[in-house]
Amino acid sequence: MKRVGVFLCWCGSNIAGTVDVSRVAEKVRLLPGVVYVEENKYTCSEPGQASIMKAIKEHDLERVVVASCSPRLHEPTFRRTLEAAGMNPYHLEMANIREHCSWVHTDREEATAKAFDIVRMAVAKALRNEALQPGRISIEKKALVLGGGIAGIQAALDIADAGHQVILVEREPTIGGRMAQFDKTFPTLDCSSCILTPKMVDCAKHPNITLYTYSELEKVEGYIGNFNVTIRKKARGVDEALCTGCGLCQTKCPVKVDSEFDVGVGKRKAIYTPFPQAVPNKPVIDKENCRYHKTGKCRICERVCEAKAIRFDQEDTIFEEKVGAIVVATGFDLFDLEAYGEYGYGLYPDVISSLQFERLINASGPTEGKIRRPSDQEVPQSVAFVLCVGSRDDQKGVSYCSRACCMYSVKHATQYREKVKDGRAFVFYMDIRTPGKAYEEFYRRSSVDYGVEYIRGRPSKIYQKGKKLVVRAEDTLLGRPVEVEVDMVVLAPAMVPKHDAARMAQTLGVSYDGYGFLNEAHPKLRPVETNTAGIYLAGACQGPKDIPDTVAQASAAGAKVVALFSQDELTTEPMVARVDEALCSGCLWCKPVCPYKAIEAKTVTERVAGRTVTREVASVNVGLCQGCGACTVACRDGAMNLAGYTNDQVLAEVDDLLADLRPACGQR
Amino acid sequence: MTEEPLRYAYYPGCSLHSTAREYDLSMKVVARAAGVELLEIPDWNCCGASSAHVTDPFLGFALPGRVLALAEEMGLDVVAPCAACYGRLAAAREEAARHPDYVRRLEKATGRRLSGSSRVWNVLEWLSQERVSAAVREALKRPLEGLAVAPYYGCLLVRPPKVTRFDDPERPVTMDRILETIGAVPVDFAFKTECCGASLGISRTDLVSELSGRILAAAADAGAEAVAVACPLCQTNLDSRQEAAGLRQGRTFDLPVYYITQLVGLALGASARELGLGRHLVDAMSLLREKKLA
Ligand SMILES: Cc1cc2nc3c(=O)[nH]c(=O)nc-3n(C[C@H](O)[C@H](O)[C@H](O)COP(=O)(O)OP(=O)(O)OC[C@H]3O[C@@H](n4cnc5c(N)ncnc54)[C@H](O)[C@@H]3O)c2cc1C
Ligand code: SF4
Ligand code: SF4
Repeated sequence: MKRVGVFLCWCGSNIAGTVDVSRVAEKVRLLPGVVYVEENKYTCSEPGQASIMKAIKEHDLERVVVASCSPRLHEPTFRRTLEAAGMNPYHLEMANIREHCSWVHTDREEATAKAFDIVRMAVAKALRNEALQPGRISIEKKALVLGGGIAGIQAALDIADAGHQVILVEREPTIGGRMAQFDKTFPTLDCSSCILTPKMVDCAKHPNITLYTYSELEKVEGYIGNFNVTIRKKARGVDEALCTGCGLCQTKCPVKVDSEFDVGVGKRKAIYTPFPQAVPNKPVIDKENCRYHKTGKCRICERVCEAKAIRFDQEDTIFEEKVGAIVVATGFDLFDLEAYGEYGYGLYPDVISSLQFERLINASGPTEGKIRRPSDQEVPQSVAFVLCVGSRDDQKGVSYCSRACCMYSVKHATQYREKVKDGRAFVFYMDIRTPGKAYEEFYRRSSVDYGVEYIRGRPSKIYQKGKKLVVRAEDTLLGRPVEVEVDMVVLAPAMVPKHDAARMAQTLGVSYDGYGFLNEAHPKLRPVETNTAGIYLAGACQGPKDIPDTVAQASAAGAKVVALFSQDELTTEPMVARVDEALCSGCLWCKPVCPYKAIEAKTVTERVAGRTVTREVASVNVGLCQGCGACTVACRDGAMNLAGYTNDQVLAEVDDLLADLRPACGQR
Repeated sequence: MTEEPLRYAYYPGCSLHSTAREYDLSMKVVARAAGVELLEIPDWNCCGASSAHVTDPFLGFALPGRVLALAEEMGLDVVAPCAACYGRLAAAREEAARHPDYVRRLEKATGRRLSGSSRVWNVLEWLSQERVSAAVREALKRPLEGLAVAPYYGCLLVRPPKVTRFDDPERPVTMDRILETIGAVPVDFAFKTECCGASLGISRTDLVSELSGRILAAAADAGAEAVAVACPLCQTNLDSRQEAAGLRQGRTFDLPVYYITQLVGLALGASARELGLGRHLVDAMSLLREKKLA
């Protein structure tokens, strides 16, 4: 039998306050295999670790059990301790008598009994622990950044500046994302394109960045350090190498349709760049609306293009790239305002969304920054801004706060008051949330210096009365109903996940929450990693956020990628699933349960009773396996085992617990 | 046709036997013409609206609950023309699913079983189901061409949406479609589902004149010549408060307020007498004569 040392921790009073550690120690001493028991006030402290190392040497320990806190906290710590003492780190077993015991119980007797049970199980398992060796994998030092909004742009620049290759894939014809649509940004009211377009140009010019716009990610295979990604570059209808970006085709194209970039308040042509500062400044042909594609006649753009760049028959190209890390920066969509029938969006032309307002107030927008309402192009003399449309509404929208709408609506009201000197701006709000540097001051200024009128209450109805719109609400500060007649209403829609976020998450193999926002690995301590190693998050795809937070997260994701690329090889976690091919019947029930797509079928050839047979068995890609153990449960043959958590080891724990049902510590 | 006739348990509620007799009459005219049998629930009781459910939750459940139990004994779905009755019956059916203890108490008190098997239909759902609307289309004798009608739904047909599960609670269209079927011109207006003041018509006439007045004003301003309703309370409030509302707003209203079934009946060729069109306060006949519809 192996020689086991058990180290019981008090964790100050965290454990010792509820568990009688000394009594547990007495009982543990009697367990088979246990040759040494020690109590420590703080086992994780420097002296605590030193005494483990000393005991290993002095008592020839072969297995170590530390009974303390959650392995999530200190398993890596104590593994390093074992390694320093010359022992295989996987000979460690942790018994969690804090989170699983002292913290959740109050009765000292019962907690002490339970702590002993937890420790004896750990000892039973430790006796069967085997030495495990981590593997090594190479790293392809090239990153894929998915989505070219401000998040993707920032992450790409940071990684590229550190000297690594970046592929930036953007679905739309240009990079820039939402921020390119804005006029100014809160709280400083600096011009959005003045701070964004230089970064867009940097991206295009950077020797380490390859830009693929009008492109989609089709497939992702592989694992950290070694992803194979398939990208589809959609047919632009224009040869990018030849196009000079002169824009003649756009002026001459006879087809005019609503511009997506202007959110319906402006027009574009069938051949178009979304906006003049687009990067790259090369148009695309929108086949659905192009007259030539629809009727076979036109080709005006082809005729006028001096560079001979038009390619009506261009086809999508699909290619593969190998990358070591992926940053997902796919951004957000806006809540469908028509869900609020009582607000009349889509019915009354002068009820518009905040994003449409951005275009109306934008100096390079369809009205050149003159605020004109859609119905009659008049300058509205009064505007109501309605917050939380969709946000914080369990009934019709989403439960969460969208975080940026208070601030950008304060911005809009201020901008409106700047432009329409004697206009009145009303803001209907539930709470004004200003948790950012200089945000509260910006809000105060809007009311004190710009005379924006704030009414606390969520409108119940908006309706047309002649040329006016009536906003009806309860003023919850005065406790009485209010009705305000205005010329235009601006609704601030909730920020919601990209419509295809769930599908994208599945393609990438990362998890997402109930809404469809991508999940970070830990809400506080690992905010830019996903649960899939090598895939990072930046910006609003992870949850609603404003530009400062987006940029901070993007740089953090960039830093994670750079840190990864600073190594030449990765060590892999050896606690992965292993197939006993002799036992595996090839049913592959394990394959669909694996959340990381780590299991594939493989063919083996063997000699059975003198004949050669080929059959299928499961095979685990250790680069992808995260050691969750789901497959081991699905396997009917017991062929799948998780190293470090084998069926044998887990059953040993259970057996030991059930061995003498007479409670070990005598109580109960 | 070998198809079985459609049969419903008919719950007139108190109004259709008293103040809203013309609603009852016109329901039956339409049912007959559409080949639908309405079997009045024997020994039905008041649904309790709206005093019972604000007094005692169990009573609020038990009164309509008993009606549902009776309908289940007939093995039929219920059609309840009054929007308030409809609301109470639909709510009781919903509560029965959520509160088994209520059901037990009710069963003990009445000696009847309640399983929730009978669905509750409001008049608009009932009229717009495929078989009924097809029958109406086929039997159409006098399309109401050129009659501009504001479809007023009121609050209870569409709310609470989790109970009624009927149409869009803010912008319903079912009645608009029915009006189109009978050749009338539905007038879209912003106050389709505003409250008319409901039972405050007795205690706070001032409020009802204000609330009903807004609905009338919105309908008239949108170009309606008449209003269509599917609730006796809405009908009473809109029909009886036009003078008072007009005084408040400094204008005059002259909008006949028809039950939707009266308009359908008219289009099916029924006479003014059969439809009780003489029972209204705002003259319901002149407009129809002017339009050569009666
Ligand atoms: C009306 C309005 C006004 C605002 N004003 C301000 C302000 O003044 N100040 C401020 O700080 N914040 C403001 N915000 C918030 C700001 O928009 C966000 O913080 C910011 O846009 C988030 O950047 P992002 O890159 O994460 O997402 P996005 O800007 O949405 O960019 C995502 C990019 O990814 C691309 N993409 C998406 N899916 C894919 C895919 N599958 N493959 C390839 N590419 C894909 C998209 O096309 C897009 O280009 C405002 C928001 C709104 C709605
Ligand atoms: S396609 Fe031709 S015309 Fe159009 S922008 Fe490019 S070079 Fe100019
Ligand atoms: S061929 Fe198509 S894109 Fe070119 S000018 Fe004609 S409509 Fe516009």
